[in-house]
Amino acid sequence: MRQLNTLNSIKPGERAVVESLNSTGTMRRRLLDIGLIKNTEVECVGRSAGGDPSAYLIRGAVIAIRSEDCNNIIIATN
Amino acid sequence: MGLTSSSTGIKAVDSGLIIKKQSESDKVVALAGNPNVGKSTVFNGLTGMNQHTGNWPGKTVSNAHGYCKTKKQSYVMVDIPGTYSLMAHSAEEEVARNFICFGEPDAVVVVCDATCLERNLNLVLQAIEISPNVIVCVNLLDEAKRKQIHIDLEKISKRLCVPVVGIVARSKRSLKRLTDTLDSLSEQKDRVSPLAVKYPDEIESAISVVEKTVSKYIGDKLNSRWLSLKLLDRDESLITEINKYLGDDFLKNPEIEKALADGEKLLSDSGIDKQKLEELIVSSIVTTAEEVCRGAVLYKKEKYDSVDRKIDKVLTSKLTGYPIMLLLLAFIFWLTIVGANYPSSLIAGGLFWVQDRLSDFFHYINAPDWLHGILVLGLYRVLAWVVSVMLPPMAIFFPLFTLLEDAGYLPRVAYNLDKPFKRCNACGKQALTMCMGFGCNAAGIVGCRIIDSPRERLLAILTNNFVPCNGRFPTLIAILTMFFIGASGGLFSSLQSALFLTAIILLGILTTFAVTKLLSKTLLKGVPSSFTLELPPYRKPQLGKVIVRSIFDRTLFVLGRAASVAAPAGLIIWLAANITVGDASILSHCAEFLDPFAKLMGLDGVILIAFILGFPANEIVLPIIIMAYMAQGSILELDNFQMKQLFIDNGWTWVTAINTMLFSLMHWPCSTTLWTIKKESGSWKWTVLAAIIPTVIGILTCILFTFIAKLFL
Repeated sequence: MRQLNTLNSIKPGERAVVESLNSTGTMRRRLLDIGLIKNTEVECVGRSAGGDPSAYLIRGAVIAIRSEDCNNIIIATN
Repeated sequence: MGLTSSSTGIKAVDSGLIIKKQSESDKVVALAGNPNVGKSTVFNGLTGMNQHTGNWPGKTVSNAHGYCKTKKQSYVMVDIPGTYSLMAHSAEEEVARNFICFGEPDAVVVVCDATCLERNLNLVLQAIEISPNVIVCVNLLDEAKRKQIHIDLEKISKRLCVPVVGIVARSKRSLKRLTDTLDSLSEQKDRVSPLAVKYPDEIESAISVVEKTVSKYIGDKLNSRWLSLKLLDRDESLITEINKYLGDDFLKNPEIEKALADGEKLLSDSGIDKQKLEELIVSSIVTTAEEVCRGAVLYKKEKYDSVDRKIDKVLTSKLTGYPIMLLLLAFIFWLTIVGANYPSSLIAGGLFWVQDRLSDFFHYINAPDWLHGILVLGLYRVLAWVVSVMLPPMAIFFPLFTLLEDAGYLPRVAYNLDKPFKRCNACGKQALTMCMGFGCNAAGIVGCRIIDSPRERLLAILTNNFVPCNGRFPTLIAILTMFFIGASGGLFSSLQSALFLTAIILLGILTTFAVTKLLSKTLLKGVPSSFTLELPPYRKPQLGKVIVRSIFDRTLFVLGRAASVAAPAGLIIWLAANITVGDASILSHCAEFLDPFAKLMGLDGVILIAFILGFPANEIVLPIIIMAYMAQGSILELDNFQMKQLFIDNGWTWVTAINTMLFSLMHWPCSTTLWTIKKESGSWKWTVLAAIIPTVIGILTCILFTFIAKLFL
């Protein structure tokens, strides 16, 4: 069953598909620029030494995103 | 880090780009690309210049240009900042877009990373929308091969309808393919028009309404389809530029105004507002990029990046991330101290032997004492000291640091340190600017441009000086080795001094955190902004190249700068130390005047004066102290032991030594750095503050330390 959640809910090693972005302004644009649009597959590949931000594999590149920004990224998992 | 003759100090601040063609027939080529795809390497390979390269995004922060000649044509290559898109959301993107759009380049080369080509194509597609002469240059083919990513360049070229060249920028031979393509670009006629991104029908019809009118007025100055889309998008920054480029009246033209209104109405009728429009535009581009790559880029290995992930697991894990960072720092210091010790005394021995011969020569020709004093004891001796003390540690520290940089470790430092920085309402990229500060604070301050939020950028600018630059390292290392290591040397004492130095750097870092926090609670209030940071794949550093480049580019350059300041300073100081007014020299009058205050800080007047006279360059602080002391004494050769004796004779204790190190870590930035701060912040207020904050903290720390030390002695 498809479940909606935020990007924070996936742990290192897990994958999900982007459903929508709730971020606004610059952050929204930046996320779009790195190719984070609907149906993009995202994999969490790790967390930093401090526990936050986390690193995500997005379209072949690894991007670190802070947890409060991840809260605005809605994903779907199976 | 960005430490070459063009990126340090005064030249670090670009003042707008003026392209200088060497001859009228020169063609202008813009080098665009995502951050960290090796654009600077391509640029250097083509032009033979030394734009600094490194494995982290955002290294090139301003346009640079150089020249490149082929058999058929000569080119002006312009290295524009790396960006993910040309939608001008940040200052760099604006610079990039403006150049491609209004700089009228004859060709645009978009450098792409073969290991994530699809995302890079977003930028390619946007460039194609603006400029008809785009060449796609797929770099890092070797890396892609290693990761078993197969790329069908021909297929991609056919789909995009623009030339696609595969290269390995580190190898010069493969760059020839790029220049050949550049040459043939101008010969081709009747070229197929490149692939246009297809937008949803509603947008397409709005575009065609506007384009019909717009194309009547702009001719072939700009791509009318692209311009129409941007006008519909109401891209403010572009509209300002268009007013500059096409004249104020272009957008006030009633026909265009009407067409725009019609187009906008079409959009709003189909329920597309500004945000929706933006999203549809981006999605169309991303989907087009996906289509172009489908079947043309094959990942033969499911886990092609497993090695990177394994390394990341060690370098950024909760358990080992921070300890490894500290250990690496300490290890680099240890290697520097151990490695520098022997060559340092060797060079000193040689240079002071030369000094003796110079003295002999002056006596032989019966030169007057004052001439010998000024030239040999003033100018030459300070120069010799600066060279022998600075050269060895720099020749070791810089290559080591460059290796880390080349391998891709620095973004991981920013990644690990983001959380503590966020606690101070700042951002992890500040860690990158601090790393640059290790090389040169002025370069670090220019590097602060990688931070998007103006508030966070100012925080990084104001605190950069708490990282000691290479001008202060030798001072710290020299005092450390003199006062806190036994004369015997040995493994234990060198480890001890490396740890000591690490502790001092840590103090600087902690102060950075504290001041950042304080500023963001007072003068620069605000919440941390959002942040994305790319963690590039690790790359095997090119050992030989790193060593050669960091020695020739950085070490000798920095040394040259130090020497050019040290030589005249040596002269002036010798004069001040030897011209007497009343019963003492000018220098000792000044020192005496400052002495009471300096004593409060656990220093003496001479040390304080040395710091003041060291304003143009921190490298000369220690030489000034030595010279001032020696004006009274008569030591000709200076090895560590005799130098320590000289200091002790002048009343130094370990408390003085520590206070001098503390004040070296925390006092006003050098003149070049301040000048750069003024340029970058655009305000005297922040410049003055950038000088006052570290000075006050330094003075207070010294006073406090002296007070505490007295309690225990």
